[in-house]
Amino acid sequence: MCGIIGFMSRKKRLISGDRIAIALDSLKERGNGQGSGYVGYGIYPKFKDSYAIHVFLDNVPNYDEIREKVKNTLEKYGYVLKDEEIPTKEGILEKEHIPWRFFYDFDEKYRDIEEDTMVKIVMEINDKIDGAFVFSSGKNLGVFKASGWPMEVAKFYKLNEYKGYMWLSHARYPTNTRGWWGGAHPFNLLNWSVVHNGEITSYGTNKRYVESFGYKCRMLTDTEVVAYIFDLLIRKHKLPVEYALNAISPKFWKEIDNMPEEERKIHEAIRMTYGGATLNGPFAIIVGTHEGMMFMNGDIEKESAMVGLTDRIKLRPLVAAEKDDLAFVSSEEAAIRKICPELDKVWMPDAGMPVIARIEK
Amino acid sequence: MIPSTVPPKYRVEVNPDRCMLCERCVKECSWGVYRREGNKIITYSNRCGACQRCVSMCPRDAITIHENPICWREHPLWTKEAREDIINQSRTGCILLSGMGNAKEYPIYYDKIVLDACQVTNPSIDPLREPMELRTYIGKKPKKLEFDFVEEEIDGKRIKKAKLKTKIAPNLKLETPIMIAHMSYGALSLNAHKAMAKAVKECGTFMGTGEGGLHKALYPYADHIITQIASGRFGVNEDYLSKGAAIEIKIGQGAKPGIGGHLPGEKVSAEVSMTRMIPEGSDAISPAPHHDIYSIEDLAQLVRSLKEATRWKVPIFVKIAAVHNVAAIANGIATSDADAVVIDGFKGGTGAAPKVFRDNVGIPIEMAIAAVDKRLRDEGVRNEISIIASGGIRNSADVFKSIALGADAVYIGTAAMIAMGCRVCGRCYTGQCAWGIATQKPELVNRLDVEEASKRVANLIKAWTLEIKELLGAAGINSIESLRGNRDRLRGVGLNEVELKALGIKHAGL
Repeated sequence: MCGIIGFMSRKKRLISGDRIAIALDSLKERGNGQGSGYVGYGIYPKFKDSYAIHVFLDNVPNYDEIREKVKNTLEKYGYVLKDEEIPTKEGILEKEHIPWRFFYDFDEKYRDIEEDTMVKIVMEINDKIDGAFVFSSGKNLGVFKASGWPMEVAKFYKLNEYKGYMWLSHARYPTNTRGWWGGAHPFNLLNWSVVHNGEITSYGTNKRYVESFGYKCRMLTDTEVVAYIFDLLIRKHKLPVEYALNAISPKFWKEIDNMPEEERKIHEAIRMTYGGATLNGPFAIIVGTHEGMMFMNGDIEKESAMVGLTDRIKLRPLVAAEKDDLAFVSSEEAAIRKICPELDKVWMPDAGMPVIARIEK
Repeated sequence: MIPSTVPPKYRVEVNPDRCMLCERCVKECSWGVYRREGNKIITYSNRCGACQRCVSMCPRDAITIHENPICWREHPLWTKEAREDIINQSRTGCILLSGMGNAKEYPIYYDKIVLDACQVTNPSIDPLREPMELRTYIGKKPKKLEFDFVEEEIDGKRIKKAKLKTKIAPNLKLETPIMIAHMSYGALSLNAHKAMAKAVKECGTFMGTGEGGLHKALYPYADHIITQIASGRFGVNEDYLSKGAAIEIKIGQGAKPGIGGHLPGEKVSAEVSMTRMIPEGSDAISPAPHHDIYSIEDLAQLVRSLKEATRWKVPIFVKIAAVHNVAAIANGIATSDADAVVIDGFKGGTGAAPKVFRDNVGIPIEMAIAAVDKRLRDEGVRNEISIIASGGIRNSADVFKSIALGADAVYIGTAAMIAMGCRVCGRCYTGQCAWGIATQKPELVNRLDVEEASKRVANLIKAWTLEIKELLGAAGINSIESLRGNRDRLRGVGLNEVELKALGIKHAGL
């Protein structure tokens, strides 16, 4: 079990990172201190059109050499605008890794394929450079995570110094794999960030499915596969979001068989084509993005959005709430009330029914 | 007359204290084991194949069959079987004929693979209380779906709506991933075929015709029947092609890879002759290759011709025997217009095969599924074509393991026959089947009650389906697609590193 909470301001109001830390801290019970993490969207306004690449470097005497190797890989495709150690507070956590960040632009000739190239770079660094691990690779967003309790990790990264309009967070109780920094959530790829409570029991199927599209699962945790599936279905295959979420958490055949003809055919096609993308087993996830999602009604959302989703028999809790411009999704109402005691609306989404929060136009 | 010079395999005894001389055994045994002499039933044990028909029918439980404890001098190399085969061949100068599947002691990998179940971290799901979905579609799937956005007027407002642009090719819809394999009419009796056809229709699945054509009596079930085109092209005409739910091109068979089918003339009755379109009483020996397929592009052409002949409305399968190079061949098939590839393992059954083939040629189905699934994934086409596994699938666990290794569905052959009464005596090629299954003799065929046999076959499929649902629930997943290729849920026990690698699974404890 893990605790998850995310919120966004639909007016893009910037909110300090300490708020999310306070909320997550109230979900301590669902974690065991072996991993906590946060992702903030809109935190790097100065570099908002550049990639912010967060990398764990092994804390070894020659970590400089590892960093140079990462830099060389990046420079094959573009330019590092700035790189620095991510500011941390000493004395809170045992620093197993040195978190480093690169602000990065692609060379002109990669512009049209920069997202695919970024995926390739992330896979290449994580696969081939010993001691380096990319854990955040989107624009104007950043993941902060480590082994530790929610407050420890927030203080370690000085989260109160960042302001963002969307924050997702996760307190981990690792069961299937050991707790290590890279294994903490959120898991990120490009602009996708995923926090996840539960277990992807269909992992073996999902992993082999995304691998046949060139993704490499290397994190020793099932959450990364969620991000790859979102990336594949929504960014690469351009499925309308609602249908992509139906592929991930499908309708039952019994429901499908009773749908009107046109709708039935669509859902049948989704399950036939995307059976390998179905996430089976107990899960509740919150996904953040600003990936240009396309909706069923033809709308294209270039701005950020937050998606909450459970498995189709809701074996993990998920609650949603609203207050003015704020939208919340969490595993517990208590965590939401911790930072926003008065809410306009609170509801429990049905099994497999997504909650999607979008920026107001 | 003593038909062979090797000692009898079995010893048949009739207990005179129990026997009431009703002569039921004399009538029931189609092999001529029993004869009445005065007040005694005399047995010719050398004719017995332990098919148990007599035992089942004896009203007094008077019959026992033992392995004949004749002593052959022990020798590790010159086994009893080796010596018997030589004696038989030196007598006849012929190829040894055999029935049923591979009878040598090769490892059964299914029995060295164990399954996973949920404990604590992910809850198991109870199929009695939650939906558990086994529906499987066999056929081509698109790599991705594309949508068009069309403006429509809904309640006076113009709203854009996503419409499915991708056309989905015809697929077979299975309510359970278990189909009945191609066993021809000719090899099997019409009653056996009728029983199986009724059963698959009831269970929402399909059966194969084998290469013997489609008897008119089966036309009412044709929407649940896959017709087959083998190298002999028996019974193939336009009607046959368009009648079935799918067409299967048979390149090879697990029991005898590299050679064609055999139907001894004894089994070619008038009805069989009409359905197969061959003369009555003539041996139906299919050529080893198809005479219009000498390379992979020839196969692709035949697939396309059949698609054209059926207006692209019917899925086309290609069946190959599991041989060393099965993965590459399957990949070749995947790049044609074929909708599914059927792989038949070396333990697959047969009505008649040269013993030397049955026992020596081909590879285990478990290895073949793993190799084909992996290769198709490496090529990025796995999702577009279905894999059907067959050859020696004995129970629901074998089905489950096959799917976890990478198959979409399985064919069962021998298991369905056992459900109808078969005792795996392995003498199908003689046409004397006492159970009325693998024979064309009217008096024997009539022994098989179609309704009863159909119920047995349906029961078997239903029972396995229930077990698969329980196993899925215990594994914490509620639809079969999340099991497909999910090798994480398998572990090997007592397998060496090479075997584990070939199967793509970890050893237990890891």
